[in-house]
Amino acid sequence: MSAPTSEAIVAITAEAAAPGLAAGLLRRLRSDPLGLLGLCLVLLVVFCALTAPWIEPYNPFKIRVPERFHAPSLVHIFGTDDLGRDVFSRVIAGSQIALGVSVSSIATALFLGLILGLCAGYGPRWLDNLLLLIFDSLYSFPTVMLGLTVVTLFGPSLETLMSVVITIQTPGYARLIRTATLATKNSEYILAIRALGSSSGRVLMIHILPNIIGPILIIASMDIPSVITLEAGLTYLGMGIPPPAASWGRILQEGFDSIRDAPWIVIAGGIPLIFTTLGFTFLGESLRDLLDPKLRRVV
Amino acid sequence: MLTYTLQRIALSILICLTSMGLLFAALHAIPGDPASIMLGSRATPEMRQRLNHELGLDKPILVQFVTQVGNIAQGDFGTDIFSKRSVGTEIMESLPKTLALIGAGLGWAVLIAIPLGCYSALKRGTWIDRLTGILSVGTISIPSFVVAIYALLLFSVQLGLFPVIGAGDDGDIRDQLWHLVLPSFAVGLGWVGYLARIVRASMLEVMNENHIRTARAFGLPEGKIVLHYALRIAILPTVTLLGLAIGGLLSSAVFAENIFSRPGIGKLIVDAADVRNYPVVQGAVLSTVALFAFAMPISDLLVAWLDPRVRANF
Amino acid sequence: MAAAAEPVPATTANVLEVRDLSVQFRTPRGPVLALRKVSVDVPRGSIVGLVGESGSGKSTLALAVMRLMPANATISEGSLRFAGRDLLSLPASEMQRLRGDRISMVFQDPMTSLNPVRTIGMQMVDIQYRDRQMSQPDKRRKAAEMLRRVGIPDCERQLDRHPHQFSGGMRQRIAIAMGILEKPELLIADEPTTALDVTLEAQIVQLLRDLRGELNGSILFISHNLGIIAELCDYVVVLYAGEVVEQGPIEDIFHRPGHPYTRALLECDPARIEEVCRELPTISGDVPNLLRVPSGCVFAPRCSHAIDRCRNEHPADHQAGPGHFARCHLLQGASDG
Repeated sequence: MSAPTSEAIVAITAEAAAPGLAAGLLRRLRSDPLGLLGLCLVLLVVFCALTAPWIEPYNPFKIRVPERFHAPSLVHIFGTDDLGRDVFSRVIAGSQIALGVSVSSIATALFLGLILGLCAGYGPRWLDNLLLLIFDSLYSFPTVMLGLTVVTLFGPSLETLMSVVITIQTPGYARLIRTATLATKNSEYILAIRALGSSSGRVLMIHILPNIIGPILIIASMDIPSVITLEAGLTYLGMGIPPPAASWGRILQEGFDSIRDAPWIVIAGGIPLIFTTLGFTFLGESLRDLLDPKLRRVV
Repeated sequence: MLTYTLQRIALSILICLTSMGLLFAALHAIPGDPASIMLGSRATPEMRQRLNHELGLDKPILVQFVTQVGNIAQGDFGTDIFSKRSVGTEIMESLPKTLALIGAGLGWAVLIAIPLGCYSALKRGTWIDRLTGILSVGTISIPSFVVAIYALLLFSVQLGLFPVIGAGDDGDIRDQLWHLVLPSFAVGLGWVGYLARIVRASMLEVMNENHIRTARAFGLPEGKIVLHYALRIAILPTVTLLGLAIGGLLSSAVFAENIFSRPGIGKLIVDAADVRNYPVVQGAVLSTVALFAFAMPISDLLVAWLDPRVRANF
Repeated sequence: MAAAAEPVPATTANVLEVRDLSVQFRTPRGPVLALRKVSVDVPRGSIVGLVGESGSGKSTLALAVMRLMPANATISEGSLRFAGRDLLSLPASEMQRLRGDRISMVFQDPMTSLNPVRTIGMQMVDIQYRDRQMSQPDKRRKAAEMLRRVGIPDCERQLDRHPHQFSGGMRQRIAIAMGILEKPELLIADEPTTALDVTLEAQIVQLLRDLRGELNGSILFISHNLGIIAELCDYVVVLYAGEVVEQGPIEDIFHRPGHPYTRALLECDPARIEEVCRELPTISGDVPNLLRVPSGCVFAPRCSHAIDRCRNEHPADHQAGPGHFARCHLLQGASDG
């Protein structure tokens, strides 16, 4: 029978541990209004991205010059821009670009990071050091500036933008994988398995990867808002996805030129970015407390 | 201590070299010769040939790289394609202005974040603490250029409180400060929340440590304990962070300078990128890389100077 | 009666009087009764030892006297009088003035109880902030002198060093120096030697003995080590699971222990074992859960002499000798007559 003494009880602060991750997740969100709000915002953006062609009230690319610069009304919720296009439809179309570009580039970066991280962890020392040096160097480029440089060299396009994102995101993921690989490479458990004849490759696929894939996916999904922001930012500067793509950054850029006469355009361009970043951040905050047991203690 | 410092500096130099190498490789990796890229579509064959020769592009790759590194080490970043001025000069004109912007942005963020974080830690659970927490999380995530545009819209365009464009007249400090308000607000806003949270977490940890209890046991006034005993320790993680912050701050500055049409390295690089003025882009990027690469060891050394425990490790 | 106006009689026999003090902790699982009706007297000029195992409430008592308990602790009943003044009704600012000046405390862990980023000198000068007449250099001199007194060599230079530059034993000496710097009337030493090895322990005990003469104050020495208590203290208070089960002069406690727990403790002390034996003696069972304090004697579940009455009825304090009390039913016959 464990008997908590007075001093020990003073040190005890947590409630009983959550039974399972998913159950804990839902329970946590129910008690955390901000996390719930975050989840709703994220789902809203995802929903728009998935159903964009069907929920857009107008064609986002259709130019109707006579209807330019209409202020927001019941007909055009976010008004129209300098070419008479419905801003609300463009915002919804932008969600497709935002999520599409971010998810696909993060996925590619994850894949590349996986390979590079494994090379760094399992390969010879010099390779590890070289890769680390390259990663650190890439880290030293302020993000936007790296983007601008690449765009200067290769010209603005969707591919260039995705390459920029991949270049920026890969080092981070590679480092994570490398750390995990190094940690398990030398563990006795792995040595034992290898002593039993398992090859390095098998060891990797069956033993190491399944353990780290979960946390890494969560970390990667929390990168989505920053990638969306980067894409929007570069497009705003004219260096991202070229027109007529209705990126949120493009809406901001076009709206900025007419900020005095038609302020609703920039407001409309900023709103989805705010929703997305706030949504992911609130959700991530909520979940982070859940995932990190150390933070669960109520001091 | 000295060896550690030298090691960090050597690492920073190595990072700068590798960055140069990466850019160099990228420049040569793309189809078409570098001269065409630099000169853009307006290049005539004679211009290309002349630039080739000027840049030594007809020599073997390794020689080119070494020459370039040598040039950069002497401050020669090449020539602006359009203005024909030295890139180095243009950078030296712009960089201080950007540093002023970053300094102002970070400055006000720190001035607000530290008391805010401290107060939140001491008055945990009160509505101020909770409100600060929510606002912190909110402001951290919102993109700085959205903040900049909205601030411009509200305070300059709609309310007319602040100027829309430029950095103010030279020599008129008041005018320049006035022009600095909105841009530095946009640059710093994300950091207020972040730093406040870190100070708060740090203070909570420190206030729970034994030596604070000892200080109370000796009857020291609570004010002195908070300021000289606890806060002095709690702000150390912030100092480490400042070095890392330079990267994000420079990115934010690019947007702020563009949105508010302020001169600076951000405006320089965007304008250059717009017209594919590669030498300027390269020079600007490399100087910011150098800034960032050296900012981190500097902040680490600053922490070592402030925290005697770290000094003891050497 | 305002505490500030209350005159402090210089001749109170006891510098500290704790009467029927009960302390509760608020926890997610309910209230923990950490101290229950604890009464301790510390006479002037004496060294009183407070002995008990981990979790008995020793540190809680010390922190209660200093009024430095954590936020979830409340004093539910009882009184604390220091040199005649009621500590519990004192406003926080008054209590703060007393601390470090009239009552001082030395903590258990020298590694973490000193501020790591301020020099020793700065910390020792900070303690003297109440003294507005003395100049800064004089305060430093006073600090250096105190360091010399506790056996730290080259004291002037040491003032400018940081705690982590000293060893554990030195740090504890510094903590003691800080504790007695303002010549307090009461020094509470909360297990000051527990974190040190035996040689250092002996040195610290010797130091406290040496200081005793000059100090003109009292020491409340808390420890779980009976040997140290025996060497140092005049009176002993035995604490078990939040209750004082026995207290009295040191001779009586060690040679004529009244409470079964005290007796068991003494038997368990390896230094007292005279015959070769296969196993070291222990006290069977566990310390009780303070969320649900048993009715009856708190030691009954582990006592080898327990009778039915022990389990049902909470024992009162019975006298086992002059100034010697134990909380045990078995003594009842002895105190009659």
